[in-house]
Amino acid sequence: MLLEYAAIATMIFVTALVAVIAIVLGVLFGPKRPTDKKSMPYESGMNPIGPGTRRVPVRFYLIAVLFILFDIEVVFFVPWALVFKQFVSQSQGFFVFAEMTTFIVILLVGYIYAWKKGALEWE
Amino acid sequence: MTQTDFFTLLPAILLTLWACALLLVDVFTPGAHKGRTAFLAALGLAFTLGVTFLQPGEYTGFNGMVVRDGFANFLISLFLLTGLLGVAVAYGYLRRMGIERGEYYSLMLFSIVGMMLMAQATDLLVIFIALELLSIPLYVLAAFAYPNTASEEAGLKYFLLGAFSTGFVVYGIALTFGATGATSIAAIVAATAAGVANKALLLSGAALILVGLGFKTALVPFHMWTPDVYQGAPTSVTAFMAAGAKAAGFAALIRVFSSAFPALAADLTPILWALAALTMILGNLVAIAQSDIKRMLAYSSIAQAGYILMAFVAFGSDLARPVAISAALFYLVAYTVSSFGAWGVVISLEKEQGKDLQIADYAGLGKKFPWLAAAMTLFMLSFTGLPPTIGLIGKLYLFRAALQGGLYWLAIIGVVTSLISAFYYLRVVLTMYMKDGQPDVARETWLTATIVFSALATVIISLFPAPLFDWASRALLMVMK
Amino acid sequence: MIPVSYYLALSAILFTTGMFGVLIRRNALVVFMSIELMLNAANLSLVAFSRLYQTFHGQIFVFFIMAVAAAEVAVGLALIVTIFRSKQSIDLDQMNSLKG
Repeated sequence: MLLEYAAIATMIFVTALVAVIAIVLGVLFGPKRPTDKKSMPYESGMNPIGPGTRRVPVRFYLIAVLFILFDIEVVFFVPWALVFKQFVSQSQGFFVFAEMTTFIVILLVGYIYAWKKGALEWE
Repeated sequence: MTQTDFFTLLPAILLTLWACALLLVDVFTPGAHKGRTAFLAALGLAFTLGVTFLQPGEYTGFNGMVVRDGFANFLISLFLLTGLLGVAVAYGYLRRMGIERGEYYSLMLFSIVGMMLMAQATDLLVIFIALELLSIPLYVLAAFAYPNTASEEAGLKYFLLGAFSTGFVVYGIALTFGATGATSIAAIVAATAAGVANKALLLSGAALILVGLGFKTALVPFHMWTPDVYQGAPTSVTAFMAAGAKAAGFAALIRVFSSAFPALAADLTPILWALAALTMILGNLVAIAQSDIKRMLAYSSIAQAGYILMAFVAFGSDLARPVAISAALFYLVAYTVSSFGAWGVVISLEKEQGKDLQIADYAGLGKKFPWLAAAMTLFMLSFTGLPPTIGLIGKLYLFRAALQGGLYWLAIIGVVTSLISAFYYLRVVLTMYMKDGQPDVARETWLTATIVFSALATVIISLFPAPLFDWASRALLMVMK
Repeated sequence: MIPVSYYLALSAILFTTGMFGVLIRRNALVVFMSIELMLNAANLSLVAFSRLYQTFHGQIFVFFIMAVAAAEVAVGLALIVTIFRSKQSIDLDQMNSLKG
């Protein structure tokens, strides 16, 4: 029973092994001549500005939370869309469609509220 | 949606639409007219109450996920009344404290929808959604006086412990689902009766759900958040939360335990017994030590939850259960009116957020504002269970239910702790009449109206309890098949 | 196939970890993460049972828990941000302005 997973286990093992071998070989045989420039944090070739763990403006948080809220609601659309045709064939399509419309209208109320409150403005 | 589905959820649908509309109206209302939202909210609550009365009757909707039976109708009416009183005490208070924001009333309406669904739910899924719909707006409301630190802390504490208790409810539901393969109460009953349910899993599930609902109703030892949150939250929120959230928690507790888990009564009754005894003893004893009136009323509300639970401990007996449920419903009404009255008095004395809330600040109230002091005395008598108040009648019904269930020791603990509670309730009365001081009160029409209404209800229902009690006795749970 | 009991054991471990996280940790954000862990433990149980009973009830339940948890995140983070603004800390041991 658990043997079915042997292939996956083998793959994980081999992948890890290759990675470890590559790193170990590099550490053992690679030349190491560090300079100040080379030990700088890599920021796409630019000189780094400020510390690595800067505080992020709280505005990002607002956008992120709004995104999560509207994003997670999509979770209800997918199963709904999957069974919609079945309901149509039982001629209950209108009812099921109206239910989802209600749901979207409620979301829309929230959206209008967030919009009018200025949660979507950057400044 | 069939017509039955629609009528089952009619009050909740109306109030949800109203709350959404209110949210939009508020955004488009200029700042100076925020008070309008309060009137609109009250209008919506009154309209829904009217519709609930005109369209009573029993419905089962959405494949048995929600019902509207006598029990639900009774509690829906109670929650709508709670909402109306909540709007009335908040209207002037928010303005006085400078926290008048229109979202207050929308959030309150959403929370009431959650409470109504708690009373109507016959599927654990709906119970969970209702619980969250009830709680999440309350977390925001508790922190509504931001940037006041006390209010923010109250909000955070309420949120963390509320979410913690949700975790227990959800895991309990998962275990119940695992034991029976269903989340609807009817199917749980069927699986239990057929003997296919795994009893150990079902029992753990029921116990975890009890822990979660125990947090909501503030039963000892799940009460730690109550004093802090009641003290830190804006007082109008505390008044609303004390009455509404507690009643909703009991609604779900009664519905789930008496419909879904009567087969587990032999195992659950000792746990409930211990919870009720602990809640009555600890709530009353710790209340004595409080000098802050909000904290004292918080511990008092914990103790009151103990009395309601006391009646319900014998939920396994078919004879005792209906008596216990009607007694609990009656007492919830008694608690709601007395508690709104008492919090109303607290609100009228609180001049600034968090000021004048010591019991010592009530000195001299009897001389300077005799009517207000008389009303407060009445509410304190009602909490103690002394005549001529609804609290006495309610407690008598609770004790009768407890005796019917054969819980003699629990009833004795109840009587003794009631005597103890007289000590701290009457201390407030003594301070008002026997000590000298210069208290000052805010005079606001709607606040006064709430206090007068509560005082009248406290006395009049105690003189004529029969109609209300008849209604509570007819408010039975629909039998789940 | 992995037996259902494995999932249930993992879910119980996750739930206990979350519970102790809430009780022991003092950082509001970490406590909040622990609560999410408890919810996800319940989700795992529901999905496992759902598979055991060959029904969709449990999976639908998980969708609702996820959506509600997102709503909780929004409110909870907002509360944590407001409290950080006024106290410059989210350490629960410093939440001491409420006392009897």
